Amino acid sequence: MSDNWPLWEVFVRAKRGLAHVHSGSLHAPDAEMALRNARDVYTRRQEGVSIWVIRSEDITASSPDERDSFFDPAGDKVYRHASFYDIPEDVEYL
Amino acid sequence: MTSDASPAVGGLARDAASGPTAYLLGLADDALVYAQRLGEWMTRAPQIEEDVALGNIGLDLLGQARALLTRVGELEGAGRDEDDLAYLRDEREFRNVHLVERPRGDFGQEMARMLWFSSYQHALYSALTDSADDVLAAVAAKALKEVDYHRDHASHWVIRLGDGTEVSHDRMQAGLEAVAPYVAELGDDDAASVAADKDGVGILPSSLVEATRRHVEAVVGQATLQLPEQPRWRSRGGREGIHSEAMGYLLAEMQHIHRSHPGATW
Repeated sequence: MSDNWPLWEVFVRAKRGLAHVHSGSLHAPDAEMALRNARDVYTRRQEGVSIWVIRSEDITASSPDERDSFFDPAGDKVYRHASFYDIPEDVEYL
Repeated sequence: MTSDASPAVGGLARDAASGPTAYLLGLADDALVYAQRLGEWMTRAPQIEEDVALGNIGLDLLGQARALLTRVGELEGAGRDEDDLAYLRDEREFRNVHLVERPRGDFGQEMARMLWFSSYQHALYSALTDSADDVLAAVAAKALKEVDYHRDHASHWVIRLGDGTEVSHDRMQAGLEAVAPYVAELGDDDAASVAADKDGVGILPSSLVEATRRHVEAVVGQATLQLPEQPRWRSRGGREGIHSEAMGYLLAEMQHIHRSHPGATW
């Protein structure tokens, strides 16, 4: 049986307002059972209020081989950060 | 269990053999004994994820048993705590039904047992949220959420296995047949239940049969399975302390550490 069950990636939202964060993976025969297994494996200590599961094979991930061309070019473009503005003192919450 | 009349606590306790303590012991022992059986699935379920799921369900039941046994101890007023009641009673003093003490079968049998038992507990705790005993009402309200999940878990598996391959269908059907003789006992009105129902503390088991059966029937139908005919032999007497051979072995495993090392802590 264990050979046939596909792998699922589990994303848990810790509380309202936060984003779902990857928690880990597990095996399950289908999405409904994956959700239930995720509930048992990843939220048994009150870690979350919402769960997403997705078939691992449905995730397209960037390759470590492409790291240089993907990410390095952004390294010397500091002007892309919004850090060159003077913030007026009376502007709150910025 | 003592044969003396117990001192009244909150106006509820009376004769230990038929009063609310006996009724509560029935509920507690069902949960305790089934928790023990579910614990046996650790490392033996089809997947490690299912190990964790069955372990969680067992621990939910253990939590229910602890709260109920503690309440029994308070009501009987003889100074017994949850551990005394769980580990120091003998087989004839346990009031659980036969269904929960049956030895572990295959996974299909376990899901058949869990479907029946969680459906029964769902109907039971739904009714007990209105219990005249405030503690029992609170335990029932908390347990209902847990049992809702147990029932969901069993239902999903029965449907998947029943409506799965030819092999899984046949084994799931065999699971339903295997537990069938132990189902009717859940609806038997023993003396303690009748008394507890009259006091408003408990609920007549026979009044839960329809709701229990309705859920199981719906799941079994969706799973393309057949609900077995009422077998010629059916279990009886668990609530009066009459148990099967399996019970002694179960208690020996559950109780021997506590009895071998009284008072040990960690």
